Amino acid sequence: MEQTKYLVVGSSHAALEAVTAIRMHDPDGSLTLLTRDPHLPYSPTVLPYVVSGRSAPDAIFLRDEKFFARQKVQLKRGTALKALHAERNAAELADGSEIAYEKILLATGAAPAIPPIPGLDQVSYHVLRTLDDATKLNAAIKNSKQAVVLGAGLVGMHAAENLVKAGASVTIVEMAKQLTDGYFDAIAAGLIEKAFTDNGALILTGSRVVKLAPSATGATLTLENGTTLEADLLLVATGVKPNMEYLAGSRVEHDRGILVSDTMQTSVANVWSAGDCAQAKGFYTDAKIMNAILPDATEQGRIAGMAMAEDPGLKKYPGGVPLNTYHFFGRHAISVGSSKVPEGGEMVTRFDEASGRYLKAIFSADNRLTGIYGVNEFFDGGVMCQLILRRVDLAPVKERFLANPLAVGRELMSKLWR
Amino acid sequence: MGMFGGAYNTIAFDANKCDGCGDCMTACATAKTGTVDQSRSRIQIVGSADEGFELALCRQCADPKCVTVCPAAALTKNYASGVIDWNADKCVDCLLCTVGCAYAGIALDAGTGHVAKCDTCDGAPACVPACPHDALTYVTTSRIYNEVGDWEDLFAPGLAGCQGCNTELLMRHTLRRVGPDTVLATPPGCVPGMGSVGFNGTTGTKIPVFHPLLTNTAAMLAGVKRQYKRVGRDVTALAIAGDGGASDVGFQSLSGAAERNEQILFMVVDNEGYMNTGMQRSSCTPYGAWTSTTPIGKGPGNIPSQGKTQDAKNLPLIMVNHRCEYVATASTAYMDDLYDKLDKAIQASKRGFAYLHVYSPCTTGWRFPTDQNMEVARKAVETNFVMLWEYNPTDGLHFTRPVDDPLPVTEYLKAMGRFRHLSPDQVSHIQSKVVENLAFVKQMAHREAI
Repeated sequence: MEQTKYLVVGSSHAALEAVTAIRMHDPDGSLTLLTRDPHLPYSPTVLPYVVSGRSAPDAIFLRDEKFFARQKVQLKRGTALKALHAERNAAELADGSEIAYEKILLATGAAPAIPPIPGLDQVSYHVLRTLDDATKLNAAIKNSKQAVVLGAGLVGMHAAENLVKAGASVTIVEMAKQLTDGYFDAIAAGLIEKAFTDNGALILTGSRVVKLAPSATGATLTLENGTTLEADLLLVATGVKPNMEYLAGSRVEHDRGILVSDTMQTSVANVWSAGDCAQAKGFYTDAKIMNAILPDATEQGRIAGMAMAEDPGLKKYPGGVPLNTYHFFGRHAISVGSSKVPEGGEMVTRFDEASGRYLKAIFSADNRLTGIYGVNEFFDGGVMCQLILRRVDLAPVKERFLANPLAVGRELMSKLWR
Repeated sequence: MGMFGGAYNTIAFDANKCDGCGDCMTACATAKTGTVDQSRSRIQIVGSADEGFELALCRQCADPKCVTVCPAAALTKNYASGVIDWNADKCVDCLLCTVGCAYAGIALDAGTGHVAKCDTCDGAPACVPACPHDALTYVTTSRIYNEVGDWEDLFAPGLAGCQGCNTELLMRHTLRRVGPDTVLATPPGCVPGMGSVGFNGTTGTKIPVFHPLLTNTAAMLAGVKRQYKRVGRDVTALAIAGDGGASDVGFQSLSGAAERNEQILFMVVDNEGYMNTGMQRSSCTPYGAWTSTTPIGKGPGNIPSQGKTQDAKNLPLIMVNHRCEYVATASTAYMDDLYDKLDKAIQASKRGFAYLHVYSPCTTGWRFPTDQNMEVARKAVETNFVMLWEYNPTDGLHFTRPVDDPLPVTEYLKAMGRFRHLSPDQVSHIQSKVVENLAFVKQMAHREAI
């Protein structure tokens, strides 16, 4: 049986950071990276730009073969993990072969969650999670006249914008009351919605598809209120679910994701997990949450790698803070932290309708920043995140901070952690 | 250059010198955007005159977060230059890098709609010369460390120096530079004490090394060099001696070798006392300093003692008066200066006598924390307690690191314990000596070259 000291499963941000962290401390221990994707490592986050044609599919890879050779990493592409036999430290692959590991990282990410709508399995539709998905969608949008996007999360919105720009008439159907629910608040979502409708998209929020059927153009969708939509291109972007089917039969505890400790260790010895498949503690609550965002995946991956290599510099995971950036029709939106106003806390907003500049900041009762959101209002997200993580007392500078979060954030940064 | 290791040039900021004028930002905006819009500068001065100015600038991190969170592989650490390169063709304007960076080192340039960050202007940063107060400097010493790192280390690993001593650094750097065709003399002192003469029958160096008496180092080395010349081998004859071995009992042979213009390179590691044998005073120990033979309190026979009562001998100036091929003073706080002088000294030793005097703060004997060696060495220069200059018979003497606005000598004295007891009179004596020594060296520097 093939043996390796470290087995890293997955090849996106969490996995790659873990490889770097392991190699920082253990330059020689045998390391195998296993990925079911046939391509070199890439980020799911870049895929909307492959769809739009802005990113060339061969120019998005985060590492090349040379990197893995130099770092003495055995790279196995196009090989999925079929089952984890943690009780005997072995990973069973899709072809039935096994790899014996000393330590394993499960950074297998997530896959599109397909809603249980009657008839969806009868029509052809697109999803967007892999490079192959993106190249297929990129080819399809060129011929689309009439597209429907299910789901108004960031993936769906990105794709919808591409379709609009490619000249299709686009309808976005979203169950929630607003666009980008969970990422941005109602005012920000309103700004995003206006940009889309100004560019000709039709947005149906608070709306649900109840039935699908094949038609001459592609598919006919029936909404809850009885109206129907024709689609020659259908994109299902209603969220993601972690890839963890391989855990069946193992004793690794999982809930919505794989449950991990402050050092990304699972309930079972020698098994760690990080990234979009992991469920770790949140920063605002000790409850374990899904925080499937890129910066958190890198953070978790690094911690897992350091823990696996027994790096004494390991620091515990502070808890996941939501961080999102979204670029739409030449505008940008940034969200850092929680949108929930803590008890006794305060929410301050500033909105200039003429320029579309919007800022929202949320403070705890003791004047700590807990969240900040901006549309067309640039601030340093990384600095804001540190203000939140370090629980910096903003009482002395609150007014100035709200007037100019960019400058005052930098001032605080340069004094507190330069 | 690999994934790790390697030193890089860097833009350094001295907050104490910044008055917030913003000239650096204007220079950056001009160079990078063709406008004078300071908000588009990649170097951002923040803060106020009351609370002090600080900097938001890309730190070109060794382990950069912006790179790890970029989904488009548009940011990469360039291991040759050290700069984090931004690739406009790959960037998708997602701004995730700005969320990753905790230092505001990469930010949106509203003028272009893309992120922008410092690229050090390909090694000639426009902001640095624009600063009218020298608050910004471009530190270019990395070349030295990278070059030296590639040369063979000619000392054994694991020398037995005191914690925080800079002599090991000096020994390894010097021998790497001088190279394997060298014969080394190390008279009694810290250098053999640290292990140059070896352990268990093997030498501590990968080159021939011998252990002369304190009194005859220069004489023995001169003889060895002459024998090599006689048999036709070109070797560098190098002595690394302490100040005691050079300025006290070893002075006769040193002076004789200099007078005969022997082709040797004599390096003195001046820690201002016999530190290896228990911190006794030497003729290089400064006035007022505590040593075990210039104690504080009631001395022998109940005579009150307040440290050394004589001023230090200025050995390098005495060597200038031998009209050596080359004489210089150096400090490990200024490695580029030291390297420059080492190169000149090596060349001069091919023609005649070369003398290099390196100040070496002693953590153990001077009583300061082990992490403060470079800071003490730097303070010595910044107060003019130590002056960095070089001399050769053609060009005369000139300062290599003149200090325009010296700190009061108390800034140096208070950095260590051996001066803690000083009375105000003693401090003013030392300050007046600093002024006098500076005037004296300046006078020599003004003399016309022969």
